Amino acid sequence: MNNSQSIQSEIKRFLKFFFQELKPQGKWLTPFNIITIPIIIVGLIILYFRFTEGLGSVTNLSQKYPWGFWIGFDVVTGVAFAGGAYIITFVVYVMRVEKYHSIVRVTVLNGLLAYIFYAGALVLDLGKPWNIINPIIGNSFGYNSVLFLVSWHFLLYMIAEFIEFSPVIAEWAKFEKLRKILNSLTLATVIFGITLSTLHQSGLGALFLMAKPKIHPLWYTEFIPILFLVSSIFAGLSMIIFEGTISHKVFKKLIDPKHHHSFNEIIFGLAKGAAISMFVYYFFKALIFVHGKHWDLLNDFWGGWFLLEVIGLVLIPCFMFAYSVRNKSLGIIRVASILSLIGIILNRLNISVITFNWNVVDKYIPSWQEIVVTLMVISCELWVFRWIVTRMPVFEKNKNY
Amino acid sequence: MDRRNFLKTAAAISVALPNGKTKAENQNVEKEFYGVLVDTTRCIGCRSCEVACSLEHNLFVPDITKDNAFNSIRDTSEKQWTVVNCYDTAKGKVYVKKQCMHCWQPACSAACLTNAMFKTTDGPVIWRENKCMGCRYCMVSCPFDIPKFEYHEWNPKIQKCKMCYERIIDGKKPACVDACPMDALMFGSKRELLEIARYRVYSHPEKYEPKIYGEYEVGGTGWLYLSPVPFDQIGFRTDLGNTPYPEYTREFLYAVPLVLFGVPALLLGLNMLTERKNEIGKTEELNHE
Repeated sequence: MNNSQSIQSEIKRFLKFFFQELKPQGKWLTPFNIITIPIIIVGLIILYFRFTEGLGSVTNLSQKYPWGFWIGFDVVTGVAFAGGAYIITFVVYVMRVEKYHSIVRVTVLNGLLAYIFYAGALVLDLGKPWNIINPIIGNSFGYNSVLFLVSWHFLLYMIAEFIEFSPVIAEWAKFEKLRKILNSLTLATVIFGITLSTLHQSGLGALFLMAKPKIHPLWYTEFIPILFLVSSIFAGLSMIIFEGTISHKVFKKLIDPKHHHSFNEIIFGLAKGAAISMFVYYFFKALIFVHGKHWDLLNDFWGGWFLLEVIGLVLIPCFMFAYSVRNKSLGIIRVASILSLIGIILNRLNISVITFNWNVVDKYIPSWQEIVVTLMVISCELWVFRWIVTRMPVFEKNKNY
Repeated sequence: MDRRNFLKTAAAISVALPNGKTKAENQNVEKEFYGVLVDTTRCIGCRSCEVACSLEHNLFVPDITKDNAFNSIRDTSEKQWTVVNCYDTAKGKVYVKKQCMHCWQPACSAACLTNAMFKTTDGPVIWRENKCMGCRYCMVSCPFDIPKFEYHEWNPKIQKCKMCYERIIDGKKPACVDACPMDALMFGSKRELLEIARYRVYSHPEKYEPKIYGEYEVGGTGWLYLSPVPFDQIGFRTDLGNTPYPEYTREFLYAVPLVLFGVPALLLGLNMLTERKNEIGKTEELNHE
């Protein structure tokens, strides 16, 4: 009796606290708001037409290009960028490298939001989104489909990431008991999450294995799943460097000065990791290329495009990372992280959209509506990110760490 | 199996089903996939099959007398499940009907995460609306680019030939086969059709290319084609290989359970190892002190 009353009063307290926290803080007319609010409004209008008049009314998708920018960029690229969460949780919780502990929370939050928003953008692309429940409950299990595996993993991984992040929420809401319970689940969910990540990062690549006659031979290989997995490592690390650098400028007040100093050390460590994984990836790419005996294909436009991706946006940023770690140059690391992120975008789009049906005359170019909706998804994610980091203990060093 | 036997089997299955599955399953084992043999040397390009198909399935009925369709190469669409194209070759005009090939191991159904694309035990690959979530992965996977999507509907369907599955269940032939005045289309089990196709090639080697398209392509297809000229001259892809498409993802899918159990074990091991290391490190530090 006493117990249930205390739970009731706890919930009441939380709801009051929650509604208080929902209120906006600070000024309204910031440059960020002025840019993103119109994007979100226009995006919502576009989505109204998309759901009433069909995908064709706002996208340039066609019978030859069933998957476009929303899948190729939002889902396939977005998930690669979210790879940082599984790498950092591996390093901190499995390998117990304490150096990176201070960025765990923000990285996991980024991963969680990326999955919710970018994998969530998948729903916008589905013709019959109300049937999305079919592969999860009911009798419509397509066990032999890679997409079945990927969709299940998305779902489970979101739950795992949420549990990993939940101690922060409990701390914010001052649920002390719950926080302890959730904290004790961390190692198990981390291990579960890493396993799921290895499978769905590679699974996103395996989706394209059956598109063998459609993808340009320079990009199609039976090793696409392994390439996707390895490249998700430096995609995630570059994203942490890129995003962390921005966060440390924008949310300067929230981060204690000691942490500013250690963050530079963290960046050098991440850059080292990125350099090594990029070299491994480049080595794989070169090996596959040599084995494929595709030298003759390098002569045309596609050959140059391939070299741009592999040399210009993998090997060069790889050397830049390695050089800057030796010379302690943060500036070069930042440029290298941007280059390698562009390389990842290009690689994922090359496989899913650009070289897909490369010999077809009517090439697919995304419509402006597709791009606005993508920007809307990113804007929404940044809004939620900002809301969470300004309220929950994401950056602050906590005594209970 | 001829039609009468087939009807008997179907009747037996429908009787046996409520009573118990074993009987029906035994009879299913003997069942062969149906298919259609297309002899392009017999086709005159009358397009009766296009009209019959559209009438049967309430699709767009082309005006075959006026639309000058042979001026360009057409593709099947969300409004038309089959089209006939005309190719100018060294042996004159060749007319080729295009529709779903009804692969023996279809990429589309292996791709489908809800089993909406489904290979029936009779051979037709059908699409089931109540299961589909519209992800279009079937379209990405199909080597023949057959599934078509209704991009301008709020509740879109995937449109493709289903080999008149309902008619086959009723013991009838597909509508296009019935409509063909030249016997260019022949309905039957693949074994029967291959025998007939080989007989035609052997007895008229001057008339036919010595190849049956669909015998081995992508692991074998339900629809088979005979041609007077090499197949790449009449719009067929000859670079698809003989591997059934689901094979390309099989290795990956086999690795999944290994990873699901192996990686957590590895990670736990690593975790314990680093714990030991930390402990040893600590005791050593203590010893030094």
